[in-house]
Amino acid sequence: MSPRAASRLEAFGFDQVYDYAAGKADWGAAGLTLEGRPGPRAGELARADTPTCLLGERLQAVRSGVGTSGWDTCLVVDPDRVVLGRLGRRALARDDDVTVEEAMSAGPRTFRPDVRLGALVGWMRGRSLTSAVVTTSDGRLVGVVRLDEAEARLAAGP
Amino acid sequence: MPTEIGRDEVRRLLAEGAQLIEVLPAEEYAEEHLPGAVNIPLRELDRERVREFDRSRPVIVYCHDYQ
Repeated sequence: MSPRAASRLEAFGFDQVYDYAAGKADWGAAGLTLEGRPGPRAGELARADTPTCLLGERLQAVRSGVGTSGWDTCLVVDPDRVVLGRLGRRALARDDDVTVEEAMSAGPRTFRPDVRLGALVGWMRGRSLTSAVVTTSDGRLVGVVRLDEAEARLAAGP
Repeated sequence: MPTEIGRDEVRRLLAEGAQLIEVLPAEEYAEEHLPGAVNIPLRELDRERVREFDRSRPVIVYCHDYQ
């Protein structure tokens, strides 16, 4: 988004235009001050009813369980609920019966519960994703934030 | 072509008087933004909106991350 804005500014005649591409996620991660109003955090919207499975389970068994849950994704966790991977729609739609480990996408991007919901929504929109995984700092699953629910929460105001 | 810069360069330019624009939607800006940043959502970025900016000073734009 910011590269497009920078190009437009140049087209409008500005000749000293810089793109801070890493953006406010980078600024905040460095511990630098950010201004704004208090707002909802990711942990508030993280749903703990997300389906989970273990590495060694068979995809077919997982698929049938997920199918009745109302979700279209399943998180792969270890016995301590540390997130190892994710089965998305495409993986769940496979018609071969491999193990979860063979079908999953490893190491999904995760967020801490204190991440601001607006920032998380921006991240999901920017990648055309409909959900984001929230974990503790040691990687244990807290839940999944759904984009539609997060947008509704932001629209409701503080 | 715009120059991509990192955090240290942003801080240096701001100290020298650069102008800062966040191009995310207003709701995201309201929730959290860099100190001193002005919000112009990308969809609203046109010649009229940038009239208030000084063309003789650097302008830094940013969003959430590499989107």
